[in-house]
Amino acid sequence: MIRLDGVHKSFAARQVLRGVDLDVAQGSSMVIIGGSGTGKSVLLKCILGLVEPDAGRITVDGRDVHDGDHDAFLARFGMLFQGAALFDSLPVWQNVAFRLLRGRLKRPKADARAIAIDKLRRVGLSADVADAFPAELSGGMQKRVGLARAIAADPAIIFFDEPTTGLDPIMAGVINDLIREIVTEMGATAITITHDMTSVRAIADSVAMLHEGTIKWTGPIDRMDAAPDPCLQQFIHGRASGPIAALR
Amino acid sequence: MRAALPLALIGRAVLRGLGSAGRVAIFAGSALAHILRPPLYPREFAIALLNIGWLSLPVVGLTAIFTGAALALQIYSGGARFSAEAVVPQIVAIGMVRELGPVLVGLMIAARVTSSIAAEIATMKVTEQIDALVTLSTRPMSYLVAPRVLAGLLTVPLLVACGDVIGILGGYLVATKSLGFNAAAYLVNTLDFLEPLDIVSSLVKGAAFGGIAALMGCYFGMHSGRGAQGVGRATKASVEAAAVLILAANFVLTGVFFSL
Repeated sequence: MIRLDGVHKSFAARQVLRGVDLDVAQGSSMVIIGGSGTGKSVLLKCILGLVEPDAGRITVDGRDVHDGDHDAFLARFGMLFQGAALFDSLPVWQNVAFRLLRGRLKRPKADARAIAIDKLRRVGLSADVADAFPAELSGGMQKRVGLARAIAADPAIIFFDEPTTGLDPIMAGVINDLIREIVTEMGATAITITHDMTSVRAIADSVAMLHEGTIKWTGPIDRMDAAPDPCLQQFIHGRASGPIAALR
Repeated sequence: MRAALPLALIGRAVLRGLGSAGRVAIFAGSALAHILRPPLYPREFAIALLNIGWLSLPVVGLTAIFTGAALALQIYSGGARFSAEAVVPQIVAIGMVRELGPVLVGLMIAARVTSSIAAEIATMKVTEQIDALVTLSTRPMSYLVAPRVLAGLLTVPLLVACGDVIGILGGYLVATKSLGFNAAAYLVNTLDFLEPLDIVSSLVKGAAFGGIAALMGCYFGMHSGRGAQGVGRATKASVEAAAVLILAANFVLTGVFFSL
């Protein structure tokens, strides 16, 4: 289980997180929604230890994320970044197998390549793209390579940061389906951040809404539409008027 | 209150400067520590050796040959004012090896390598590739910084040695082809005049300048701001800092070797 207790984070005078409390059950798919600039990405980076919270505690399976060997801790995670964040200088298969070519998960190059090609197939890409460089791929293909990299080492926890941003609706649907299938198949705990409501409905077991630095509402996806929270209702229906200011 | 304003501005600037110097020193210490402790990334190191060393050779060679040639002409015409034209081989040799070789190679490396390292790492930062490295259990200091700094420390002295030789060759060509010097006498004068300490100082300066050039590229790349403007600013600042630090280090090292 991932647990956040009273997590605060500020950048200079700007308070981004103002006491976030959130539990994500093991093996479940939590989607965090919220407007642009509300601190969703910062929240993920706090869990990963990329950003240190000013106050509060974050634990994964009872262990504080800042205790012990951080590399070993991160070995349990996979992450799909918003822009895929593929390494330009490496061919696709080496991007996917990055973790398998070095460090504690290192294995022979031929094995790592075979696993990379298998993961590429899993996300609907043929072995032909294995030797291409990221710049030669379309945005949708890059996202899929990023997804293959996130699952390459069969992580127990996977984070998806805006997985469908910048994709056409069909490709967004493909990515949503892939995420749902992979999370179910691997039994992984997943946290996705997005403001795409189609993604929310396709991916989520439960939803949390982040607004003004705190979790405004959280609950199972099937209770989201009937929830009385006016911020949540404004957000999921995309209304310009309501408690959330359109201009932030 | 108004009278204190200039002092406050100076104070703030000094504090900012000291803060920056402290951050660079901590970064340099961390980079050197990561060179010495595993994991080491041989592939990244080999790529850095190629980029910083081998691929810089043409620009270093061209800079050195023209500088050596121009130096020979300057010394000849300047020396003629007090009938000292014959010192061209000695002054070209000592000028290239002690001063111009290391400084010009250092500045060319700052222009070519520091800018390229800063732009590459800054782009990786703004496209979240550095965050991705961390999530893949890879430390950016070990993977990106240590191989580049080690390659700078090892290859720039070799580039300086090549630059020294090519610069002397430039002087030799001008002196023997257009100033009427005897080829054999020129070479004998050059070799007889140079001392081992001249060559050691040249190589030590090369190592220091290579380390500075690579460190500044990495530091400003890793601390880049957001977007294309952030990458541009990081690149510009890295070259400015590397050039100034190379010239300052040259002064300090020259003073140290001069006192030996």
